[in-house]
Amino acid sequence: MTYLGIIITFIFINNFILVKFLGLCPFIGVSKNSESAIGMGLSVTFVTATASVICYLSYYMLLVPLKLEYLRTMVFILIIATLVQLIEMVIKKVSPALYKALGIYLPLITTNCAVLGISIINIDESYNLLESFIAGISAGLGFTLAIILMSNIREKLSITPVRKWFKDVPITFISAGLMAMSFMAFDNNLLINLGLTA
Amino acid sequence: MNTDIKNFIKGIVKENPTFVIMLGMCPTLAVTTQFINALSMGIGVIFVLLLSNIIISILKNLIPNSIRIPCYIVIISAFVTILEMLFHAFLPEVYNSLGVYLPLIVVNCIILGRAEAFASKNNVINSIFDALGMGLGFTLSLSFISLIREAIGNGTITLFPIGRWSGVIKIPILNNSPIRVLALPAGALLFMGYMKALFDYLSSKRKKI
Repeated sequence: MTYLGIIITFIFINNFILVKFLGLCPFIGVSKNSESAIGMGLSVTFVTATASVICYLSYYMLLVPLKLEYLRTMVFILIIATLVQLIEMVIKKVSPALYKALGIYLPLITTNCAVLGISIINIDESYNLLESFIAGISAGLGFTLAIILMSNIREKLSITPVRKWFKDVPITFISAGLMAMSFMAFDNNLLINLGLTA
Repeated sequence: MNTDIKNFIKGIVKENPTFVIMLGMCPTLAVTTQFINALSMGIGVIFVLLLSNIIISILKNLIPNSIRIPCYIVIISAFVTILEMLFHAFLPEVYNSLGVYLPLIVVNCIILGRAEAFASKNNVINSIFDALGMGLGFTLSLSFISLIREAIGNGTITLFPIGRWSGVIKIPILNNSPIRVLALPAGALLFMGYMKALFDYLSSKRKKI
């Protein structure tokens, strides 16, 4: 698959939230206002991109030569946990302004399914290093797109009368469902029509 | 004995992980397109939850408080790896259809949540009952969601294949004209929204009485 194909696949066709349901907890939890949604989205994009590269390298340079492929789940989750800590420390030192904006979201990302998900998908799809990196960024951008759209919907919903039992979480799920329906317009035919399949 | 039963029951109804505390949403929505997938995911979660709860409650005094979360994650991921290998060896079809969601049990909030909130503070027997109750509550809600989604969305119910029988029950009228959207990702989100509203309504009614 071409690089553009990977970008379109991970942002639109296999959107991590609306199609694959990866990273649903922060999607419901942090989408109350658009400012924090952008912060969360960008932090996730940053971590998915970095984690894809590091997990790729450690899988092919460490686990495969040692014939320990079955340990990948354990190794990846530890890498991600360490990476998130490291990124937090680096950002705190290098750019206090960025740390202030992203700080509270970074620790939450360790248990975000999207990060472990993209690392495992990269290995399962046997992408090369550059493809993994692009897939990581695109998956993060897809997450950002969905969470920003959702936060705008929720800002509108908060001033709209909603039936008592549907307030807050249920109506969020239903709006996400309607959003997912519109994302169904993007499917593999799009890739075929654009001539992007290998 | 009484507290054991209480610990067991609370996971099924009062603190149901799916409908009340809304943990582990990713597998809940992703694998419930077929009954067998939902059931296997539930069994997998019970397996990991039970064993990790036992080990963590045994080791709770040995694990230093400041690094407890990484320790829990290592224990949980070890059991997930074992589960992955077991599924790969004995249930290859289920292994393939669960795909990436099987290793993702590691980051299922239910397991880490129970380790942190219950197993690290209680003894082994209590933790076993807590894990069984929570796991069963998760499995029951997953099975329920998948039964409805598969029956209405596809007109079938997929069970284990036994001998010559393929394990697929066809529902007469729905099989010819299913309401497809329920089997698709969008339908999962819609269905979950309506279920959550219904559950909130029912539980508030029970509180009034």
